[in-house]
Amino acid sequence: MNQTRYFPGCSLKETARSFEMSALYVMERLGRPLVELDRWNCCGTVFSLTADDLMHHLASVRNLIRAQEAGAHELVALCAMCYNTLGRVGRRVSTDREALDKINAFMNSEADYDGRVGVRHLLQVLRDDVGWDRLAAAAECPLDGFAVAGYYGCTLLRPKDVAVDDPERPTVMTDAIEAVGATAVPFPFAGECCGSYQTVDRRDLSTERSYRVLRAARRAGADTIATACPLCQHNLEEARRELGERDGIGSLTIVYFTELLAAAFGIAPERLPEALAARLAARATAQGEER
Amino acid sequence: MADPKMTRIYIMGKAYDVPTGVTIMDAMEYAGYRFIRGAGCRSGFCGACGTVYRKAGEYRLEFALACQEMVQPGMQLAQLPFTPAPRAAYALGELNPDENVLLQYYPEIARCVACNTCTKSCPQDIEVMDYIQAALRGDLARVAELSFDCIQCGLCAMRCPADIKHYHVAQMARRLHGVSGSPIPAHLAARRAEIDSGAYDREIDELTALDHDALRARYAARQIEKDSEEERL
Repeated sequence: MNQTRYFPGCSLKETARSFEMSALYVMERLGRPLVELDRWNCCGTVFSLTADDLMHHLASVRNLIRAQEAGAHELVALCAMCYNTLGRVGRRVSTDREALDKINAFMNSEADYDGRVGVRHLLQVLRDDVGWDRLAAAAECPLDGFAVAGYYGCTLLRPKDVAVDDPERPTVMTDAIEAVGATAVPFPFAGECCGSYQTVDRRDLSTERSYRVLRAARRAGADTIATACPLCQHNLEEARRELGERDGIGSLTIVYFTELLAAAFGIAPERLPEALAARLAARATAQGEER
Repeated sequence: MADPKMTRIYIMGKAYDVPTGVTIMDAMEYAGYRFIRGAGCRSGFCGACGTVYRKAGEYRLEFALACQEMVQPGMQLAQLPFTPAPRAAYALGELNPDENVLLQYYPEIARCVACNTCTKSCPQDIEVMDYIQAALRGDLARVAELSFDCIQCGLCAMRCPADIKHYHVAQMARRLHGVSGSPIPAHLAARRAEIDSGAYDREIDELTALDHDALRARYAARQIEKDSEEERL
């Protein structure tokens, strides 16, 4: 019965498949398997800030209804963007009765949403339900020698009522990474924006923003960056490729935090991104030579 | 007292008394409409006779095929036999069936807000919104599976507040899935070889040589079910 209903989101079925794969692997290993929500749809991508624009909350509400239909009291998101949108819509309609009534009335013949499904991010589940001790115990191949900067970006931290941790001094991601043997590297840009959707038509903007994040992490001594958002991952990786020769940012390994956890749990290296698998192989060789 | 054998309906706002229990299409013809377009197979398969109506006392618009839906007292209706929705031009064999191919040809699918209006407008009870969502994440197999019963009537596209051309998207997905996602059945090659070898030439030659009356007699005497049963055995 220990099943956790999760919301993958579109990106995890396209460009971020290994984010989903590694998360499923990690949770399976921890004895808390994730079960994909049935008939989910796009979360809506961005939370609509216009107070009376309820139409753009429908997508998220519909997912919460699917969770309600499945008898789940909460929905766990992996993608930070989905987490933010689902979480904010969930909060809006659970506290704003008029908005919820209007949405339910619009959907008429369909099931009403009761406003009671909670939304959490996987990081919160790891911290609050699993605990760092169990994470540490499952790490058969601890990530010694990895200096990891945890990058949250915007959507895990803002606005603060959906923040997965202290929005000013978050530690949940690096706590998870440290639990599996890596060294956490605090850096001042952990909550800065990567440039987000500016990458679509103002790529120079997102590249510049992401470059600053990478530079700050490198200067703080990180060799690895952990992310929780396919868009952040994309923007940071693009900046790394484009401006790799600057400030040594080209040497950074940018991966989803779940990929680092999966690596520590001993997942087959061919299931990991090439850059991370190469780092693990190089480390194994170095350790072999020491002995 | 109204005649129970007759039902009053409103076709494009004008009242007509039509025989009770007939289809919308039959009722329209009874009322004097003659179909040049907007009627095809008359069996619920071709999708040519999309119709919108409201029942008396109902606030909701409903959707049907005129050849399938029975008239009801006080029904107001109009036909929507065509949806102006240009279909993207593509060469199937030259496409890369990746997760972005549908978005590339029909970018408006990204405008879906999951309002589900399309699903509610489908006379085939297809989960239209679900397949658009599958299209968004590039799941061609799922789109093909969910949209299989689509008859291209276009009512979904007529109702969509995001201007998505659902049925064209689904058709493209089914074609792509057919070409690259589903296995080519072995019996297809066997059948083609059989045809190429001339296995049916004698029969077709015989039929084409028949005169009109003889052909008519053969048609009337045909035993479709029995013959196909025997062939299977």
